[in-house]
This record gives sequence, C-alpha cells and structure tokens, in this order.
Amino acid sequence: MGKLILQRLWQSLLVLLAVSILSFLLIFLTGDPVASLVPLNARQEDFDNIRKQYGLDQPIFVQYFSFIFKALQGDMGESFRYRSDALGLVLGRLPNTFLLAAVSLLLSIIISLPVGIMAARTKGRWFDLIASFFALIAISIPSFWLGVILIIIFAGTLRWLPASGSGSWQQLILPSITISAFSVGFLIRLIRRSVADTLQKQFVVTARSKGLTERTIAWRHVLRNSAIPIVTVLGLQFGSLLGGSVVVETVFAWPGVGWLMIQSIEARDLPVIRAAVLILAVFIVLINLVVDIIYSMLDPRIKLNSEANS
Amino acid sequence: MTNQTSPNLAAPLPAAPLLPAPAGDIAAKKRRGRWRLFRNRSTFIGGLIVVLIVVVALVSLVWTPHPYEEQDLSLSLLPPFWMDGANSAYPLGTDLNGRDLLSRLMVGAQASLFVGVASVLVGGLIGMTLGLLAGFFGGWWEVLIMRLVDIQLSLPGVLLAIAVLAAIGKGLLNVVVVLGFVSWVQYARIVRGSTLAVKSQEYVLGAKAVGAKNTRLIMRHILPNILPPMLVVATINVSSNILSEAALSYLGVGVNISTVTWGGMLNEGKTLFDVSWWNAVWPGLAILIVVFGINLLGDGLSEDKS
Repeated sequence: MGKLILQRLWQSLLVLLAVSILSFLLIFLTGDPVASLVPLNARQEDFDNIRKQYGLDQPIFVQYFSFIFKALQGDMGESFRYRSDALGLVLGRLPNTFLLAAVSLLLSIIISLPVGIMAARTKGRWFDLIASFFALIAISIPSFWLGVILIIIFAGTLRWLPASGSGSWQQLILPSITISAFSVGFLIRLIRRSVADTLQKQFVVTARSKGLTERTIAWRHVLRNSAIPIVTVLGLQFGSLLGGSVVVETVFAWPGVGWLMIQSIEARDLPVIRAAVLILAVFIVLINLVVDIIYSMLDPRIKLNSEANS
Repeated sequence: MTNQTSPNLAAPLPAAPLLPAPAGDIAAKKRRGRWRLFRNRSTFIGGLIVVLIVVVALVSLVWTPHPYEEQDLSLSLLPPFWMDGANSAYPLGTDLNGRDLLSRLMVGAQASLFVGVASVLVGGLIGMTLGLLAGFFGGWWEVLIMRLVDIQLSLPGVLLAIAVLAAIGKGLLNVVVVLGFVSWVQYARIVRGSTLAVKSQEYVLGAKAVGAKNTRLIMRHILPNILPPMLVVATINVSSNILSEAALSYLGVGVNISTVTWGGMLNEGKTLFDVSWWNAVWPGLAILIVVFGINLLGDGLSEDKS
C-alpha cells in the first residue's frame, strides 16, 4: 500500500517536471523569446533590458533552474497587460474555474447516474434507445456551439437567463450545462455498459432467484459492484472539466483561468499564459493523484501500477 | 475502459456449415462476410453520414453554388430560405460580407476532414511506432515510453494544444501536428498491449524459432493483428480531433482565417447571433452531424469486435 502510494507520488512528480519543462519551453517555441516577452511597440533598449532581466543570455539549463526556483517562490513574472504579478492573477481566477467545474461535475452525476442505470435495465427497449441516442449527441456536440445556442435561446429569445458574466447563480446555469453536456453523454454510456455487464453476473441471477425486488437488486447488488469503474472515471472527469472550461469560459465570458488564458493569448501576454497552463496542469495532476490514492484505499484490487491496466 | 485485447482479434467466423460448401459458394460467402459489417445499424447509418460528408467535401473541390469567397455587401446577412427577405439563390443565407453560407459550409468540410484524418495519421504513426518498440523489445524502451504515456495521460489535451499553438502560431499543418502529438498515447497503449499478447502466441514463437527476422515478425505477424483494434480507436479519434480543431479555430488559435473552417465560421458568427442566428447555427450543426456520424460508425465497429 505505502509502496504503491510512493510510486504514484513519484509518477506525479515526473509529470510535474514535464509540465514545468513544457511551460518553460513555451516562450522558445515562439521564435525569439524576447520578442514575445516585450510589448509589440518595444524599442531596442527594451529588448536589451528584457534579455538581461530574464537572464536570456544565460545557458538554457541555468535559465530553466532559475525559472523553477522563482516559480516555487511564487514569482512567475509580470503580466504585460495588467502590470501585476502573473501568478496572482491566475490564482485570483482559480476559485471561479473550480466553482464552475464542481457544479458541472455535480450536474453530470445527477443526470447520468439514474439515466445510465435505467438504460442498462431497459437495454434494447425504447428508454435505452432514446437515452443512448441523446448520449451520443451529447458527446458529439461542440461545447462552444452548444453554449452559443443556449445563449441564443435562453438569453436572446426568451430572456430568462443572463448570457455572460458571473456573480449570481443564474449566471452559473448556462455555462455549467454547456460544460457538463459531454460528461453527461460520456458517463451515461459508461454507466450503462458497466451496469449492463454486472446485471449478467451470477450473483444477480441468484439475487433474483431468491425473490428480491428489482429495486433492491439494482441498488444493493448491481450499483455497488459497478461503482468502481464509474467512480474512477468521475474523478478523472473533474480534471477534463477543468481543461474543457477554457473553451466554455470564453463563450460565456466567465472570469476563470481559462478565459484569462485566451485573453492573454490574444494580448500575447506570455507570463500569464505560462502561469495559467502551469497552475491548471498542477491542479489536474494533484486531483488525479488524490483520486487514485483514495480508490486504492477503497478497493485493494486496484493496482496503482499503470502497467496492470494498459 | 478495458484495453485487454484478446489474441484473436479478428471477428468470430460464422459457424461452419454441416456440409462442405460447393466451391462456387466461397466467393459468395466472402462477399457476405464483407457486407456483414453493414448489418449493424450503427455502422450503416454512421457510415452513410460519413460517406455523404466526404462526397460533399469532394464536390466542393470542383463545384459550389457560389464561389465561396465571393463578397457582395448588398447581400449581407440574408436569412435562410423559409424566412422573410430570403433569396432563393442563397438557401442557407449569407454572412456579414454577403458570402453564401452553403458554399462555405461545403468548403469547410475539407478542412475538418483533412485535420481529422491527418492528425490521426500523425498520432497513429507515432503511437504505433512507440507502442511496437515498447511491446516488442521491452526493457528500457518500455519503461521510458510507458512513462511518457503516463505523463501525457495526466495532462488535458486541449490545454496543451492551446498553449503550444499560441506559441508556434496558427495554421492548418500546425493544428494537425499538435493534435497528432496530443493523441498518440492511446495508440501506443493499444499497440503495446496487443503486441505483448500476440508476441507470446505459438505461431509467432514458431516463426521466431525458424529464424524469422524482427522486421518480418512485426510486418507479417504483429501488425495485421493490431490493425483492427487500432481502426476502432482511430475512427473515434477522428471525431474528437475534428471537435478539437473546431474548438481551437473558434478560440482563434487554430486555423488561419483565410482557410474556411466550421470553427472559424462559428467564431465570426457568434458576434452576430442577435441579428442573424443562422450564422452561428449552421457551422455548429455541420460539426455535430459529422462527429455524430463518425461516433456512430465507431460504436458499430467496436460492437462488431466484441
């Protein structure tokens, strides 16, 4: 057990190392890093100043280590646009992104769990067919388009809900529906398959032959036994919801990390882009780590070693 | 998701007839075997949608109702045919610059399909090579490659793609390469798993015993066995990469504005939804239809496998 957790921690460290290298290299992908670090209308002496200030005349390893060293102290450079601490900007937006992702995850579970179970129990009949059809639509729909459509209908035509911004619960509704659409479809398909598999197992047949009601069988025997794959994916979904929020936040002008990142890309505000990528990735890695560790405690059959399931 | 692929990856053969079939029947049976794929409703409908879109994209190479870049500001924001003020020469309406939306939608299919297929080829090639290396040779190759897989699996693909594209700049080929690099992982995992399973099969061991070279083992025995599961994943991957391209172009970090893409059209249309909803609705609908068709096809194919 302890060994497994250690191994998983080591793996997360490797991932974080890779993320830090990637976000460090980001500015070199633009060609001349100095050009991307100065405002568009910079003069030659600005170039020289920046080059010296960022230590870009140093060897690349030295640069990387000083980048890491500074980042660990919470210094990720200064935003060109806001003239303030890039990391602070990103961390300030983080609660909004988390709120949206958490509400979306909750929404996905509330919808997909009953629908998925019901679909599995009525496999091949009309409820299942309709649910499967909508689940397939849900995983095929472009999230940003769904967002625009919801805005046209509920904010434009009906004028029931605000189209953008944050601060009230009404403003949370459309973005969280938009983000969770994919997860809802994905989870319905997963739950349906997982529950349908369990329904065919011997112990369900036994339970039925004992004369237990279908309801008891479903909740007591089936759900408990198909929970592991479902719960595992739920944890991972939170990470992908965080990643997917980049697109949806932009549609709804939701002031989270994702929208900040896109605005920074438009403004070529590289310190903020770098901080946003790093912070989002760090949180996703940490969430995955915690989820994995919790499951290995819940179910000793789960091996943290990825070799076992690849 | 189970990735445990059985060594026998080909679909189960139809039950053998009690009496040996006359020689002439063999060709007929082969034909039936091919059509058996389409007995699955998902495969059939999905395949039909995909073929239709491919035809539209091909037709748009030589013909569109109007030249897709022809601007006429006097025709700006015409509504679709059933609404007041529509012009029947522009059945789906026009955009802000008076360009025909139907023509642009047809041309947009080219970019979507190209990015979808090309990025899967890039990702598939990288993933297949690394997966083969890991599965066939094992040892350090395996440790290194599977560690890379773990690393990439923990990172959200869209986030990576946005960040890298923001740095290297827009462009059709850039999008293809970035999406390819984001999606190689799943192929590497499948190929490695299948290679491990196939490697220990008796016929492979036998071939090895009679002195077959590694390249021959891989080309003749391993590759044919890992292609079917690869195909299923690749199909679904095409649809997710089409979605990603659309999202990237919508965000303005994907394909250049000079190339017509559905994501780009949506990006232009989103600001106009108050006055002309059709500019935002059609491109998204086109994406939805393609992705739905491909996903349906993928579902059907994977049902056939199991």
